[in-house]
Amino acid sequence: MVSTVVPRGAKFELDPGKAPRRDIVTDIVSQPIHTLSLLVRNKPGVLVRVALVFSRRGYNLESLVVSAALSVAGIDAAPGDFSRMTITCSGEPDTLEQIIKQLVKLIDVVHAFDHTGQSAIECEVALVKLRAGLKERTEILQVAENFKAKVVDFGADSMILRCAGQTDKLDALIGLLKPFGITELVRSGKILMARGLDET
Amino acid sequence: MIQKSTTGGEKVIQCLEREGVEVVYGYSGGAAMPIFDALVDSKIKFVLVRHEQGATHMADGYARATGKPGVVLVTSGPGATNCVTGLLTALMDSVPMIVLTGQTITSMLGKDAFQEADVTGITYPVVKHSYLVKDAADIPRVMKEAFHIATTGRPGPVLIDLPKDVTQGPCTAPFVDTVNLPGYHVPGRADAVLLKKAAGLLMNSKKPVLYVGHGALISGAGKAIMKLAAKLGAPVVNTLLGKGACPEDHPLHQGMLGMHGTAYANRTVQHCDLIMAIGARWDDRITGKVSEFCRDAVKIHIDIDVAEFNKIIRPDVSIAADARLAIEDLIPLVGKIDTAGWLKEISGWRKQYPLKYAKKGGLRAQHVLERLDKLGGRDCIITTDVGQHQMWAAQFCLTTKHRYWLSSGGAGTMGFGFPSAIGAAMATGKPTWCVVGDGGFQMTMCEMATAVLQKVPVKILIINNRYLGMIRQWQELFFDNRISGADLEGNPDFVKLAAAYNIPGKRVTRAGDVDKAITWAMAYNKGPCLIEAEVVKEDNVFPMIPAGAPLSGMIIEKPRTKMDKPSGST
Repeated sequence: MVSTVVPRGAKFELDPGKAPRRDIVTDIVSQPIHTLSLLVRNKPGVLVRVALVFSRRGYNLESLVVSAALSVAGIDAAPGDFSRMTITCSGEPDTLEQIIKQLVKLIDVVHAFDHTGQSAIECEVALVKLRAGLKERTEILQVAENFKAKVVDFGADSMILRCAGQTDKLDALIGLLKPFGITELVRSGKILMARGLDET
Repeated sequence: MIQKSTTGGEKVIQCLEREGVEVVYGYSGGAAMPIFDALVDSKIKFVLVRHEQGATHMADGYARATGKPGVVLVTSGPGATNCVTGLLTALMDSVPMIVLTGQTITSMLGKDAFQEADVTGITYPVVKHSYLVKDAADIPRVMKEAFHIATTGRPGPVLIDLPKDVTQGPCTAPFVDTVNLPGYHVPGRADAVLLKKAAGLLMNSKKPVLYVGHGALISGAGKAIMKLAAKLGAPVVNTLLGKGACPEDHPLHQGMLGMHGTAYANRTVQHCDLIMAIGARWDDRITGKVSEFCRDAVKIHIDIDVAEFNKIIRPDVSIAADARLAIEDLIPLVGKIDTAGWLKEISGWRKQYPLKYAKKGGLRAQHVLERLDKLGGRDCIITTDVGQHQMWAAQFCLTTKHRYWLSSGGAGTMGFGFPSAIGAAMATGKPTWCVVGDGGFQMTMCEMATAVLQKVPVKILIINNRYLGMIRQWQELFFDNRISGADLEGNPDFVKLAAAYNIPGKRVTRAGDVDKAITWAMAYNKGPCLIEAEVVKEDNVFPMIPAGAPLSGMIIEKPRTKMDKPSGST
């Protein structure tokens, strides 16, 4: 299969009924996805510097979520001093090693951990806008109930569902909703936290 | 009497003074005026250059010659963007530098004000770190952090963008003496377990080689490395930037390795069974085709920057440490190995493949540089520009003293040679030869005015072949001799041009006149002087390992058959 650069969301919307599964390497995702968590200083420009590490070397940055960190073990942190970033990216293991080292090399990055393959708590939120007339409504609501998705907008001919959970759960939900006609899809990107008292 | 409060600009200058800065290179402009005003009352010497690129290279030469950070002060917009090349040069060669740039007032940031440029945005990839100071109270902390970041670990350039209202308004914040950088960690001594492993590998090897790079020079590891080499009986090779870390006239030293290194240095690396990189990064100029580089040899890598481990090759042992401390700790763990046969093999290669060049057919650059080396060149600082002359200078001018060789390696910036010589001569007071080509010299020759005003003992040696020689060589060897964009027509008469700046000059056209000219220049230390050496128009640097070729693809002389285009980068 010829691989072309296609944004992930667009491919779902074009391909009804096909929910990509994480354990199968498909043409959509040709390299394993890794999840990194970074603790960074909340200084202007830190986001740009992190993004530049990826763009300079042509690494594929799939998603990036950043927001304020509450407390940092072992460092005197005032509120707003630090932020946490969760980044998902794809690449060979060698490439990934370099990505992490280049990120840690940045002065504003305190640490970067690769949580791939480790049991960490992962979460993502998706908002799905559907065309939903009287005919399809019941079925859509049945799907939503099974995935514990909540209806956050309800109209005569449309509906917005909100679902939180692991990435493959959301992928599956979206796959099942496709036949009904998804008009818009917004995903939040993955956030992650290490289990127990391990550091994220 | 009204007490005048300290302005932000005055605070910046005071911070520079507290860091021990004695000279600042730069060019004025509207956005930087509050800082320039503060300089009037300071004992810091300000050198007004003729182009901001010259200022960055002068600060760079100052830093390479002393190890202290070079400081640049320029204005906003085009003044700052003219520094980008200098920043890249410093970053690629790990040179400590502080660049202060003026900026438009904070309320006009991002609104396309006069001479405004998003300097921090433009320079993210070419600095070690950068700051945009929006609050004058941050000035002491930022200055302290900037100097700390620039000079510790792997040194590099730090840019500080200073808006005009910040430097013009008051600054009451106190000076700081400590830095709090939780994201910045500098390795110190080497891990004892890893050192033992490295020592074990060394003792098991029969044909080791020590591969010395710029990190060894920055760390001052040269003495320790030669002690280690003598104790083991191991040969030493160095990179272009490693010249000066260890004395190149030592019997164990095999010269420079790499694309235009000596044949015997490259043979040593090609046939070794262990190669230990000390402050070197396995650059593509050194390795050639990476997949075939030292395939069966044990590799040890000592570096202060952990991001260099496993970047190009996978070493058997990676030691994150300061080079000098690591080698000093390694010496007691090793003893003599039987390298008599190995050293004999290497000396055989030295006899079989010495550096050579045609003695007939006109004045040769190699001859000029060889004579410079013999007539006192080793006691002078030598800077070079970029091109064929740079490679010949690296081959024929042996560097035996610490920080006596300044050359742009990673970036290969043309125009570096002359201003860096001015900076180095100002920093050390030592006689400085700047070996430049006619191409590179023309890029920053406006700094002749600066050189005259500063009365620096800089001897400009122009290797004039009326070509961009290295380009022409590649086009001859790989592009069917189709010359494109390499013919330097319209060169000025450099001696006349120098005279226009009151710089005395001599022209050399015959081999027999070289000694006289060099001796004259060596004796002239009242200020800059110039020698224009008109060398043969077409000559090639050998040995050569074409980009992307393995070390075994080294060419000693011009091949008779046509060659394929190189697969590696530039």
